[in-house]
Amino acid sequence: MALDHVIERSDFDELFGALTRHGYTIVGPTVRDRAIVYDEIRGTADLPVGWTDEQDGGHYRLRRRDDEALFGYAVGPHSWKQYQLPPQVSLWRARVDERGGLVEVTEPPRIPPRYAFFGARSCELHAMGILDRVLLGGSHPDPVERARAEDVFVVAVQCGEAGGTCFCVSMNTGPVAERGFDLALTEVIDDHRHYFTVQVGSERGAAVLGDVPHQPAAAHERVAAGAVHARTASQMGRELDTAGIKELLYRNYENPRWDEVAERCLTCGNCTMVCPTCFCTTVEDVTDLGGEHVERTQHWDSCFTVDYSNIHGGAVRASPRSRYRQWMTHKLASWWDQFDSSGCVGCGRCITWCPVGIDLTEEARAIRESEERSDADD
Amino acid sequence: MVPEPFEVLSKRQDTPDTWTLELQRSPGGLFEFAPGQFTMISAGGAGEVPISISGDPDRPDRLVHTVRAVGLATEAICTAEPGQVLGVRGPFGAPWPVEQAEGAEIVIAAGGIGLAPLRPAILWLLARRERFGRLVLLYGGRAPDQLLYVDELREWAEQGMDVLVTVDSAGPEWLGRVGVVTRLVRRAGLARHDAVAMACGPEVMMRFTVAALRAAGLDADRVFVSMERNMQCGIGHCGHCQLGPTLVCRDGPVYRFSELEPWLAIREL
Amino acid sequence: MQTIDELIAQASVFTGLDPRHLELIAGCAANEHVEEGAELLREGKPAERFYLIRHGTVAVEVHAPGRGALTIETLHAGDAVGLSWLFEPYRWQLDARALEPCALIGFDAVCLRGKLETNHELGYELMRRFTANLVERLQATRLQLIDVYGRA
Repeated sequence: MALDHVIERSDFDELFGALTRHGYTIVGPTVRDRAIVYDEIRGTADLPVGWTDEQDGGHYRLRRRDDEALFGYAVGPHSWKQYQLPPQVSLWRARVDERGGLVEVTEPPRIPPRYAFFGARSCELHAMGILDRVLLGGSHPDPVERARAEDVFVVAVQCGEAGGTCFCVSMNTGPVAERGFDLALTEVIDDHRHYFTVQVGSERGAAVLGDVPHQPAAAHERVAAGAVHARTASQMGRELDTAGIKELLYRNYENPRWDEVAERCLTCGNCTMVCPTCFCTTVEDVTDLGGEHVERTQHWDSCFTVDYSNIHGGAVRASPRSRYRQWMTHKLASWWDQFDSSGCVGCGRCITWCPVGIDLTEEARAIRESEERSDADD
Repeated sequence: MVPEPFEVLSKRQDTPDTWTLELQRSPGGLFEFAPGQFTMISAGGAGEVPISISGDPDRPDRLVHTVRAVGLATEAICTAEPGQVLGVRGPFGAPWPVEQAEGAEIVIAAGGIGLAPLRPAILWLLARRERFGRLVLLYGGRAPDQLLYVDELREWAEQGMDVLVTVDSAGPEWLGRVGVVTRLVRRAGLARHDAVAMACGPEVMMRFTVAALRAAGLDADRVFVSMERNMQCGIGHCGHCQLGPTLVCRDGPVYRFSELEPWLAIREL
Repeated sequence: MQTIDELIAQASVFTGLDPRHLELIAGCAANEHVEEGAELLREGKPAERFYLIRHGTVAVEVHAPGRGALTIETLHAGDAVGLSWLFEPYRWQLDARALEPCALIGFDAVCLRGKLETNHELGYELMRRFTANLVERLQATRLQLIDVYGRA
């Protein structure tokens, strides 16, 4: 582990300059439409300076802080998924000849910018790894995503406070990022100073840091950063008992709790849109009016849509109950059998952005407790 | 993954709504596949659908598909004429365990268009007849005019396969068996409890046929079925084909029944 | 207030059963009430409990992915729900679900099978009656199969 360094708040913009000079397009958090989203940013002024977020089931509000922290909030409705798996991708174009045949199939070139992900949290680094296992780990790895994943520069930020719906501690995905970044920052604000400890995670990271004014971290500065990490870990808004959770859910496909949550779930799919690991897509062929040209696009879909599981005859999962059950059991249980890990990183977005505040940690708890109750009855 | 051009060489109508198309790679070349696999076929702008390969795996110079016209994309495929170019991606999926079944008695149970994905396995087995024990085909269709490969059924019987055919209902001109295909299991007189079974057809038909096979003494470990779910990418990325802990495009469509059984019992899985 | 023996005798499959036999099988029976939607039988599950309907409607169904639950037939007051309890491998072949709140008489099939094994006179009586019930159902199913309304 590299010795920590320190960057002063007054020098923070130099980090943006260094990344730009190294050829990166910087994307990071910024305030828009009363939320903190990810978009291209150019400097410190674009960051949500002095903002924090108030999150709970079905609740998200931005509030002013009483300090000028650059990263004093958790995660918003966006995740880095939109760069790994863009919401809309043109797969290929073709011409339809006079016999109705598909000819001249061409793939449009997909050359994404060299991104620097600025402000990625530990849960998000885990989420990116999980999503890349899906996109790159199978028989047909996506070459565009592979190139992007190799090229991306990651400036991680160790969370200074937990969000109201966070449970990364339960999922072993945070709050401290230990790998998967080029640089990792911890923001420290006390009465006298505002600075950032910096941990270097790669040679590339060291090279960029070399262009930014910095000093080695003193012992008390490292201690202060450690205190920030410990404080965040103690503030988790939610908890999920993951002991044997795959088998627990596999045993409980007919648990009456699913009927109960089905009465609340609107199958709106918000949870799948904001989840950093949900990867379901749909393809669509679009022709021009004359039927002479066709384009196939791939775009985000959700297992909550009623025709998502259509086979000849109708949907396999017609009821909202079966669709909620599919989402939650996939995320927490069958993801293990499909991709060798949990699908959940404990970021809490699905809880915050559900319009009726359905909380999968609460649902999992209810199912586990219903088993304990019936065991007690035996 | 982009579709590759395949030209339609010939087309034959099998039933009022089913056609068999013979395709060839457009610039020429072979298409190797294993029995039970499928491809994703695109017809000029009408969408893309998964279709089981129904051709002879020992003849990779041709790609044969039997297609039922039930929607926009399949109708576009079924109305394609020789000379038209279709887009093909694949082959995908886990195949029938023909290699592992060496020496065994093999029961093939097909319902309706379920015979199409089994035809490559049948041809492969018959080409190596001496390596296997008794070969039995139990084939059920809705009515006599819905049966596939009627001429070949006779040839297969001549090549050493016991072929039993039945239809759900028929008029007086039909001189064959009438009754559901599950009834053929008892009639087949299966003797070997270590027989291997491969079944394909509508899911309800498969469920009840497998129950009949097990009642006849077969082990669920040696029964294989071909499952169908919504498929879009064919490569394990889009999520549509999930069946419990598996992805049908990658872990199926052929499954060992004993592994699938607990999942099939869950409604709306 | 009718005794359970009297209630059982009202089911069509047990009409006219000798009172001695009625008493024997009543020992395996109990009154039950279920709500609308209650699942009585599930395909593949061991046939451990079958029912007689006193009041209410039960649908016999097959579940097909993409098509949901398909109704094979509906059963009403006086009908028996579940026949496979009498025949090996003693597993239900179909699903059965209450379409409305039902008053039922539930039978412990394991208990009853035990009695049939030791009392062959009772066994013959029940076999005779349930087989007749089966033949009647088979005839009805055959009529359904030929789709009498389908052809002009």
